[in-house]
Amino acid sequence: MSRLLLSGGTVVDPLAGRAAAGDVLIDGERIVATGAPGTLAAGDAEVLDARGLLVLPGLVDMHVHLREPGFEYKETIQTGVAAALAGGFTSLACMANTEPVNDSAAVTQYILDRARIAQGARVYAIGALSQGMKGERLAEIGEMRRAGIVAVSDDGRPVMDAALMRRALEYASMFRLPVIVHEEDRHLAEGGAMNEGVTALRLGLGGIPAAAEEVMIARDVALARVTGGRLHVAHVSTRGAVALVRQAKAEGLPVTAEATPHHLFLTEEAVEGYGTNAKMAPPLRTREDVAALRAALADGTIDAIATDHAPHHTDEKDVEFDHAANGVVGLETALPLALRLVAEGVLDLPTLVARLTTGPARILGLPAGTLAPGVAADVTLVDPERRWRVEARAFRSKGRNTPFEGWDMMGRAVAVLVGGRLVHDERPATAPALRSAS
Amino acid sequence: MGFTQRHLLGLEGIPAEEITTILDTAGSFKEISERDIKKVPTLRGKTVINLFYESSTRTRTSFEIAAKRLSADTINISASTSSVSKGETLADTARNLEAMRPDAIVVRHPNSGACHLLARHVSCPILNAGDGCHEHPTQALLDLLTIRERHGRIAGLTVAIVGDVLHSRVARSNLHALRTLGATVRLVGPPTLLPRELAALGAELHTNLADGVRDADVVMMLRIQRERQGANFFPTLDEYSHYFCLTEDAVRLAKPHVIILHPGPLNRGLEIASEVADGPYSVIMDQVTNGVAVRMALLYLLVARSKAEEAGAADSLPEPALRRTGGRA
Repeated sequence: MSRLLLSGGTVVDPLAGRAAAGDVLIDGERIVATGAPGTLAAGDAEVLDARGLLVLPGLVDMHVHLREPGFEYKETIQTGVAAALAGGFTSLACMANTEPVNDSAAVTQYILDRARIAQGARVYAIGALSQGMKGERLAEIGEMRRAGIVAVSDDGRPVMDAALMRRALEYASMFRLPVIVHEEDRHLAEGGAMNEGVTALRLGLGGIPAAAEEVMIARDVALARVTGGRLHVAHVSTRGAVALVRQAKAEGLPVTAEATPHHLFLTEEAVEGYGTNAKMAPPLRTREDVAALRAALADGTIDAIATDHAPHHTDEKDVEFDHAANGVVGLETALPLALRLVAEGVLDLPTLVARLTTGPARILGLPAGTLAPGVAADVTLVDPERRWRVEARAFRSKGRNTPFEGWDMMGRAVAVLVGGRLVHDERPATAPALRSAS
Repeated sequence: MGFTQRHLLGLEGIPAEEITTILDTAGSFKEISERDIKKVPTLRGKTVINLFYESSTRTRTSFEIAAKRLSADTINISASTSSVSKGETLADTARNLEAMRPDAIVVRHPNSGACHLLARHVSCPILNAGDGCHEHPTQALLDLLTIRERHGRIAGLTVAIVGDVLHSRVARSNLHALRTLGATVRLVGPPTLLPRELAALGAELHTNLADGVRDADVVMMLRIQRERQGANFFPTLDEYSHYFCLTEDAVRLAKPHVIILHPGPLNRGLEIASEVADGPYSVIMDQVTNGVAVRMALLYLLVARSKAEEAGAADSLPEPALRRTGGRA
């Protein structure tokens, strides 16, 4: 098998909390060595000149909607994977709200087969918690586990039945599967289209109170305490939610959490003018909530940045705000936004990379997130100086529903390796192509 | 006299002098409706579409009369007869109407922000005739005109707005405009219909009717929607009425010269006692009369004047009230 040397980049090791100049040697599908620049016995390996680039473990997005099967007009596994690679993600976990719902081994198998055909990023499937995501009866979690799921979730549909949630936490623990929860009390959120508060009042839109999220997290933390089951709180959005997760962790409960780039950067004010690309569940909140999320990301209360990539067709967004579909795309904008957090001093680069790699990988038990010798060579090379402007029409994703249209970004994944294969490459044409080291 | 708006989507953020321009213009148009021949040629050859996705008698009729008195051709489209029932999106409806080159579209819609959506898809002015719980700017403007006629001013007055503030587009438009013009605004209702965040918009909040109307110069009652009863905003209409119906006793707490407004239609005996609605301080019928004048003023400002300005003829345009025709019609 061919050998490849990633030479002269800044290697970020999230486990060691270090970012230092170094080389990474790849043999076939695996990383075989890392070391100071010029110290590896590369022999006749091809060289990828990584000078000026960050060399990161391939990024992991534990929360995406790839829409296949059933909603191929919004996204396919193929286009979703292409978007992921363009955004620097090499591992994805896709949610179960497809049509049919991924509540059976057959659908899980179908998704994983399609992912194999699509090639590129590693796609993992999350199985539904309940049959048909109806929130009534447990799905065949064990059967889906055998087919390969890495977690269970009714994401998109909060589980209102506390007894069902209790059983899910208990039952999934038999398979060591985390239960990922979309926390939003449907009674409190009823009729809501955005965060409850003065902006919603002014715009005349129904409000979703922070309490809708917080009462559910409080409930499920109590259930995690009773059951010992692993609870992962998806897209945490409020200051109170952060406090509940922090308290659960302090207590030693197996509770983890993620936050999305949009909740880390935008507030409810983005809804001004009724822009439907600012509509999602949970909704964009306030400045104070954003500050709390950022602090929680830095201190580890929030384990992962996850995009909740939710592509929709333009027809589903170019409608009255009340009728617009929830969700935004995120795969192609997450990395530069995350880097902005470092630039703004929210957290350091290795910690940020941990939230995009080891954090989510650990929650889902994925063999990803490090550059240690022996692991699969999933590597994201980032040009931290690359300036570009978000233009939805240039996305690989079919979804154009970004709230970041027109934003000036700095930093971009310019080369992505999965299993040692260069699957995405947008280095400048003038950059030296792969060349021999000798 | 300044007016710079391209559409009338809401009153929030519209400067005081522009609101005053609308009211002054409406004041001068009022006289036309008192004439024997109630028609001027201001909008002759213009087409105004009334696009109503919610039932309305008062507002739609008022807009239609306003347009006709300005000699515009009016088309009424209501949700039950339009392609809405065939599942056409609002954006597609907008594109189709746009293709027929209207000069203004008046829109009422059950969803907040629908007028903003339409404005993105058409080039002509959009006049918001009520969108969801957002705004109902022409209603607030006719309220302001009525208040100004009776009290001679807006600034310094205390205006109590009573009822289902949470869901009321009338309350929102009035709150914005009254604050802009320097009035004190009290919002009155049960806490379920009176979110505390409203204080951030410059309103005083009261959950007690007597406190809310005490020494008020103006009391504006909001219509209570019967379906709110099922959603636990209050237990029953009876109980709501017990605490928030404007009775003669409550009116006596206000200033002696108080005037009572209601946007209609009235729920007699529910939010307003008949003796109050029909009493000497009630200006409810003045509101309706002023509604035509306000809407004529807006059509003039948005359609006739904007077109004239495009042609560079703004200065040569005569004042509306001077444009007597009397002739043709």
